[in-house]
Amino acid sequence: MVAVAATEDVLIQRPSAFRRLLRRKGAVVGLVVVVVFVTIALLAPWLAPYDPIATNFLLVRKAPSALHWLGTDEIGRDLASRLIYGARASLQAGVISVMIAIAFGVPLGLLSGYSKGWVDSLMMRIVDAFLACPFLILAIAMAAFLGPSLTNAMIAIGLTQMPIFVRLIRGQVLAVTVEDYVEAARALGNPHLRIAVRHVLPNIVAPVLVQATLAIAQATLAEAALSFLGLGQQPPEPSWGSMLNVARQFISQAPWMAWWPGLAIATVVLAFNLLGDGLRDALDPKEV
Amino acid sequence: MLTYIIRRILISIPTIVFVSIVVFGLQLLLPGDPALALAGEERDPQLIAELRRIYHLDQPIWRQYLIWVGNVLQGNLGESIRLKMPVGDLVTAKLPVTMQLASMAILIATCVGIPMGIVSAVKKETILDYGANVVALSGISVPSFWLGIMMILLFSVNLGWLPASGFVKPSESLSQNLKTMIMPAFVLSSVTTAIFMRHTRSAMLAVLRSDYVRTARAKGLREPRVIFRHALRNAIIPVVTLGAIQLGELMSGAVLTEQIFTIPGFGKLIVDAVFNRDYAVVQGVVLCTATGFIFLNLCADLIYFLVNPRMRG
Amino acid sequence: MKRVVLPLLALGLLTSAASAQQNLRIGLAEDPDILDPTLARTFVGRIVFMGLCDKLLDIDKDLKLVPQLATEWSWSPDQTAVTFKLRQGVKFHDGEAMDAEAVRYSLDRHLNLQGSFRRSEINVVKSIDVVDPRTVKVSMGAPFAPLLAQFTDRAGMILSPKAAKDAGTSFGAKPICSGPYKFVERVQQDRIVVEKFKEHWNAGAYHVDRVTYLPIVDGTVRLANLRSGQLDLLERLQASDVAEVKKDSKLKFASLTGLGYTGITINVANGDRAKTNVLAKDKRIRQALELSIDRDAINQVVFTGEFKAGNQWVPPTNPWYVKSAPIPKRDVAKAKDLLKAAGVTNPSFTLMVPTGNEAQQVAQVVQSMVKESGFDMKIQQVEFATSLQSAQKGDFDAFLIGWSGRVDPDGNLTAFIACDGGQNDGKFCSPQVEAALKDTRSTSDFEARALAYEKIAKVLADEMPRPYLYHPTWFWAMNPKVDGFIPVPDGLIRLSGIKMN
Repeated sequence: MVAVAATEDVLIQRPSAFRRLLRRKGAVVGLVVVVVFVTIALLAPWLAPYDPIATNFLLVRKAPSALHWLGTDEIGRDLASRLIYGARASLQAGVISVMIAIAFGVPLGLLSGYSKGWVDSLMMRIVDAFLACPFLILAIAMAAFLGPSLTNAMIAIGLTQMPIFVRLIRGQVLAVTVEDYVEAARALGNPHLRIAVRHVLPNIVAPVLVQATLAIAQATLAEAALSFLGLGQQPPEPSWGSMLNVARQFISQAPWMAWWPGLAIATVVLAFNLLGDGLRDALDPKEV
Repeated sequence: MLTYIIRRILISIPTIVFVSIVVFGLQLLLPGDPALALAGEERDPQLIAELRRIYHLDQPIWRQYLIWVGNVLQGNLGESIRLKMPVGDLVTAKLPVTMQLASMAILIATCVGIPMGIVSAVKKETILDYGANVVALSGISVPSFWLGIMMILLFSVNLGWLPASGFVKPSESLSQNLKTMIMPAFVLSSVTTAIFMRHTRSAMLAVLRSDYVRTARAKGLREPRVIFRHALRNAIIPVVTLGAIQLGELMSGAVLTEQIFTIPGFGKLIVDAVFNRDYAVVQGVVLCTATGFIFLNLCADLIYFLVNPRMRG
Repeated sequence: MKRVVLPLLALGLLTSAASAQQNLRIGLAEDPDILDPTLARTFVGRIVFMGLCDKLLDIDKDLKLVPQLATEWSWSPDQTAVTFKLRQGVKFHDGEAMDAEAVRYSLDRHLNLQGSFRRSEINVVKSIDVVDPRTVKVSMGAPFAPLLAQFTDRAGMILSPKAAKDAGTSFGAKPICSGPYKFVERVQQDRIVVEKFKEHWNAGAYHVDRVTYLPIVDGTVRLANLRSGQLDLLERLQASDVAEVKKDSKLKFASLTGLGYTGITINVANGDRAKTNVLAKDKRIRQALELSIDRDAINQVVFTGEFKAGNQWVPPTNPWYVKSAPIPKRDVAKAKDLLKAAGVTNPSFTLMVPTGNEAQQVAQVVQSMVKESGFDMKIQQVEFATSLQSAQKGDFDAFLIGWSGRVDPDGNLTAFIACDGGQNDGKFCSPQVEAALKDTRSTSDFEARALAYEKIAKVLADEMPRPYLYHPTWFWAMNPKVDGFIPVPDGLIRLSGIKMN
C-alpha cells in the first residue's frame, strides 16, 4: 500500500514539475537554445554551407564575407561550417561525459549510502580526496594518459565529474532511507535491492537531473579547456575549444576566428545553466 | 562540540592519504618517460639510464611511493627534475603569488557579487533582478580563457591601458603589481562573483520571508534598516562559509588564468610540470593544494558550526 | 633590525637608479631550464648563457669560427687532436683567473658529471691535457671534424672551477663563468636578471648595463608586451605576426634563416608497426608522398612565406647545402603513377604530430595535399613527452618532427640517419650512407666533406626515409631604440654591440 502511494506521488509530481518549468522564462529560453543547438548538431551535414575540413589555400584567414559569412580559418576552411559541425563535438562532450559520470556515480552513490559503515566511510574519503584535487589537473592527467582524442577527453571529464554524483546520491539515499515509507517497506521484509530500485531511485531522479544539466555546462567548458590545451578533438575535425585554441594565435590579425567559437560556447553553457536552474526551482518547491 | 571538531580533523587524515595515492597514481597513469621528456633533443641512452637511476625511476612504483612518502613526512617534497630545485622552495615561491591572485578575486567577487545579490533579492522580479541574474550566469558560462584573451585584446592591445602579462612583486612596486594582477583577478573572479551573487540572493530571499523580518517590518522599521540590520546579517553566514570553500576552488581555477596571463603561480607551475612529466612538482603541488582545500573546507565547516550551533554538520 | 633595513633600502635605490640608465628587457618564448652549462638542455637557456658564459670559440653570422676564450687553435697532423691557445688576463665573475686548468676542469665536468647533457656532444674526447697555463690539448681516439663546432656552444663553456666545486650540482642556481654579464637573480618562470661584468676582457663592446630575460610563452602576449613597452626585444616572433610587425613603424624587425629543419620521419624498420606501415613497403610509395607535397605552399599558408622550403638537413642558404639535389616540384600525376607501379591505390597511414598549433596546421595542409594523390592520411595528435616515447619504441607510421639545428651539418644528420643513430626513430639503415658519413667526419677539409654529403643526399632522395619540409626562420621584434642587434643563424641573442638610444 505504502509503496504504491509513493510511486503515485512521483508520477503525479512529474507533469506539474514540467509545467512549473515552463512558467520560468529563463528556463524556457535555456530549453529553446539547447533544442536549437541539438538540432543544429544533428542536422549539421544539411545546414553547413561547406565541407568543414575542405581547405582553400587561396582564402586563408579571410574576414566574414557574403561567400563565407563567418570568415575563414588559418588554412582556408569555412568557419560557419566548422562552427556547425563543432556543435556536435561540444554537445557530445557535454552529454556523453555526464552520462559516464552518472553511469558510474549513481551505482557507487547508492552503494555508499545504502551500505553505511566502513564501506561508506572509505568511499567518502576517496571521494573527498578526488574532490580536493584540482578538477582540471585530474582531467588533463587523465586525458594525457588516455591519449588526446575527443572520446578520451569525454571519458576523462566524465570520470573526474563522477565523485560529485557519488556524493550527491549518497546524501539523497541517506535522506530518503529515514523516510517513513522506506522504513515501512523494510519492515515488510522487502529485499535491499528492491527497496533501492523501487523506493530510493525514483526520489533521486530530480536532483540527478538538476546536477546533470549543470554538469553538462561544466563538461562543455572542460572540453573546450582540454581542446584549448591540445588534448581534445583531433584535427582536422572541428570543436569549439580547438577552434578557439588556434584562434588565439591570430587574435590581432583575425579576431573573428576567436569571436564565434567563444560566443557559441558561452551561449550553450549559459542555456544549460538556465535550464538547470529552472529545473532545480521547478523540482524543489522550497527554492524560489 | 570539541568531539565534533576532533572527529572532523581525524576524518581529514585518510582523505589526505588518499590524495597522496591519487597524485602518485597520476605518475603511473601518464604515458611518456620523464627521463626521455627531460632529455628532449639530447637522447643519449647512457644519459637516460643515468637520469632514471638518479630519480629512482627504475624502481617499482610502490617503492617510489614509499620513498616519496618518507621524504614528505620529513618535510621534503623532492626535487624538480626539470628545474633542479627543491619542490618545497618552488611551492613557497609560488604560493604567495597564487594566494594574492585568489584573494584579489575573492575581494572582487565580494564587492560585486554580494551587493548584486542583495539588490536582486530586494528588487525581486524587476529588470534589476533579471539583469543581475544574466550577469551572474554569464560569469559562470563564459570560458575563462576566452574572457582573458578578449580582455587582453581590448585593454592591452587596443587601449594600451594594462600590461598583457607578467608579474611584478608587490615589494618591488605595488602599483605595477596591481596593474598586472587586476585583469587576471577579474577573469578568475567571474565564476565566484556569480556564485556569491546567487547564494546571497537565495539566502536573502529566504530571510526576507522569515517571521522576524516580517515582525521587524510590522514594527514599522524603515526598509534599509530591515534589510541591512536584520536580513543581511543572517543571510551572509552561508556566503561567508562559501567564501572559504571558494578560495580553495580558486586555487585550482587559477590554472588556466595563470596560463593565459603568464603569471608565475601554482597553476602555471603545475601545468608545465604535467606536460614535462616533472612528477615531483605535480605531486608536491597537488598535495599542497589538496591539503589546503581540505583545510579550508574544515574551516568552513567549523565556522558554520560555530555560527549556527543547531547544525550538526 | 630596523637599522639593518635602512642601508639595504638605500642600496636597493642605488641599484635601481643605475639600472634606469640601460636596462634591456628581452622576452623569451619559454622559461629556461637550469643555468648550468653541463646540465642545461633547452634552446632558450642558450640565449641566456650567451651573456653569462664565454666559450672557447664562437660563430659569426656566416657560421665561421671566431675566437672567444681561445685565441688560436690548430689540428694535429693526423686530425685526432686540437691545441687551443687561451686568451690571457681573463677573469671569472668571482675574480678567479681563467686558465688552462679551468678549461681542463670544465671539459672534464662536461664529460663526467652525473646527468651531463654535454657528454654525447663531445664523447669522442679521450683526454684533456694542460700543456702550459695558456695552452690546452684535446685528444680524440679518431678524427672527428665536427668537434670544434661543439666548442662554440655549451660544451665549450668554461666555468669557474672554484665556484663549481663549492656549489656542486646547485651551480646552476648561481652560475659563475667569465661572460660579459654576471648573474644577479632568477625568479622561476618569471625573470632572470644579469648585470654587466666590468672586468670582462671585451667589456668595451657591451653597452647595456643590465639585461632582464622574461619568459612569456604565448606569442601573442609576448608581442602585446613589446607593444605596450614592457619589453625592448623579443625572440621567436610568430610567423603569423611578421607582416604586421613589419608594417608597424613603432617596431623594428630582424630575421634570418636558422640551422634547423622540420621533416617527416618514416618508420621503415622500427618494430612491428614498420611491418604494417604501407610507407615502409616500397620506396616508390615514399617518393610519391614527397612528390604530393608542395613545400612552398606549406610555407605560404602556415608561415606566410617567411620560412624556407627545403629538402635537405640544412637550408638551401647554408654553405653545406647540396646544390645538385634541388627541391623537386610537386607532381601529383607522377605520384599517382608511382603508387600504381608500387601496386597500391589508396595507401592509408597515420601521421603522428606533437601538440601545438603550427605543427597541427602543417599536418592538416600536408593531409589535404597528399589526399589528391590518393593517400588517406590520418592525424594523431600526441603530447610531446608521449611522442618521444612512441617514436623511440617505433609506435608510429610517420612522425612530423623538428630539429633545432647545429652549426656543423653532422649534428643535423648523423644521429638521425646512421644505422645506430640515437635519434634514428625510423631505423633507416644504408651501407652507402654509413660509409659516406664516416668520410664526412674524418677530415676537416671542406671540399672532401661536401663531396661525401652529396653522396648522402642522392641516397636519401631515392630512399626517402625522411622527407624534409622546411627550415624555420628566426624572427626578432624590438623597440626602435634598440640598436646594433646582429642576427646569427643559431638564433641566439649576442649582446655585444647592442645599444639603447
